[in-house]
Amino acid sequence: MSCASARMMVRDPMKNSVRNVYLFPYVIWIGLFVVAPILLILYYSFFDIDGNWTLANYKTFFTPIYLKMAASSVWYAFLITFFSLLVAYPTAYWLTKTKHKQLWLLLMILPTWVNLLLKVYAFLGIFGTYGLANAILETIGIGTKQILFTDFSFVFVSVYIFIPFMILPIFNSLEELNPSLIDAARDLGASAWTTFRRVVFPLTLDGVKAGCQAVFIPSLSLFMITRLIAGNRVITLGTAIEQHFLVTQNWGMGSTIAVFLIIAMAIVVIATGNRK
Amino acid sequence: MRGNKKWANAYLVFVFLILYTPIIYLIYYSFNSGGTMHDFEGFTLEWYKEVIGDTRLWIIVLNTLTIALLAAAISTILGVMGALAIYYVKKRQMKQLLLTLNNVLIVSPDVIIGASFLILFTIIGIQLGFTSVLLSHIAFSVPIVVLMVLPKLQEMSPTLIDAARDLGANQWDVLTKVILPFITPGIFAGFFMALTYSLDDFAVTFFVTGNGFSTLSVEIYSRARQGISLSINALSTLLFLFTVVLVIGYYFISQKSSTLYGMRGRRK
Repeated sequence: MSCASARMMVRDPMKNSVRNVYLFPYVIWIGLFVVAPILLILYYSFFDIDGNWTLANYKTFFTPIYLKMAASSVWYAFLITFFSLLVAYPTAYWLTKTKHKQLWLLLMILPTWVNLLLKVYAFLGIFGTYGLANAILETIGIGTKQILFTDFSFVFVSVYIFIPFMILPIFNSLEELNPSLIDAARDLGASAWTTFRRVVFPLTLDGVKAGCQAVFIPSLSLFMITRLIAGNRVITLGTAIEQHFLVTQNWGMGSTIAVFLIIAMAIVVIATGNRK
Repeated sequence: MRGNKKWANAYLVFVFLILYTPIIYLIYYSFNSGGTMHDFEGFTLEWYKEVIGDTRLWIIVLNTLTIALLAAAISTILGVMGALAIYYVKKRQMKQLLLTLNNVLIVSPDVIIGASFLILFTIIGIQLGFTSVLLSHIAFSVPIVVLMVLPKLQEMSPTLIDAARDLGANQWDVLTKVILPFITPGIFAGFFMALTYSLDDFAVTFFVTGNGFSTLSVEIYSRARQGISLSINALSTLLFLFTVVLVIGYYFISQKSSTLYGMRGRRK
């Protein structure tokens, strides 16, 4: 907004027009980059590779190959979310008990600022035949294993990437928890475990939900990790979309898969979304 | 509970080590003269020389920084306007609708954003390259700026504005002398977040970048796909140092705006 136009608005007695100055560019942004792209995806999902109107893409999606791919993608996303939560909850819980917790939290979050691809690339070395992981397996007597290009490596690396995103919302919700509630539960005779199960966990469920949402949705669409770490062992919805858009140039089919990914996303958001 | 203290600390240290192992691993082998990410043969700075002498790479770094700074600046302006728009909207439903639409891009997976923007740019006829990458970075950074600025606006007491108006300030004065100074911490946080989003983005850029144009993430991806090359390690050491400097900067800004809440909400 230029100075001159702002001053013109000032002379305008209608307060509304000032609001519209803010609203206008923002609504343009929403229209162009939020609404239009979703509609375009939907529109393109009805075209085949030669540009003819068709429902064939949807038929193809409901063949066993695609359904299996979608199911396994959801299954992997579930596993990744589950293990991230398993690691992150205790971490967040005990982080709140440390002395310099903000500093510790910052240190735990710091790796997210390192480019994701570099971290994935590091695992090419760590999981390689002569890498750190196999060296450890060797010393404890299990012997060298093929770790790269397996689904284990995919899940492990993804969990590694997402742990900080799970820690943060859980940490925040634990911080908001009123400590006198815990004292009250203990005073009334609840054991440490009962206190956790009946008081702490339910009250931090919002953080857990936020974390799950932040992990589950992206893990449906990770294609770079599957490409670099899992070879062709794991194909997620994201990998398939990337394949159709950038390799086979079949935008119609890619859009159809994207439509289902958007639906999955909406379901997850609604399921985890009843927060304040 | 007291006996658990040791276990708790051991667990934290363990998670901490896991989180940092890959980064340290990368940095450690960037000094390996052997050329592989195993068997450290001898200390060398060869890979750093290679990175520093790589003109193509520096052009890409320059591209990445240009895109990030431009995208962060423009999306901050748009985002502040968006936050003000949402703040001024009186109808509850309208407010809710705007917020929902705002959050769509935050929860959307990158592939969806990338694929749909690719269609959008192709239809409008924007050539894939600098412009398309810049536009998409602006587009996905706007909502996060809105989310950083809006709470600050809501914290602001409306009586401040009334007082300013009563004392004869016009709308422009109210904006520049009352509102903007008050929400400055939010604006800085938003700008910083937009900057890191842009620097960090791979998937969206990968979709909307043409053949001639590349950012650092895309370049790292295409190099990593060809296998291990220790110049990537050297590059990651340099980037890590740069990141630490940025984070320290952000830490001081967020100390001012009191909490780390909302830091890095999603992704990637």
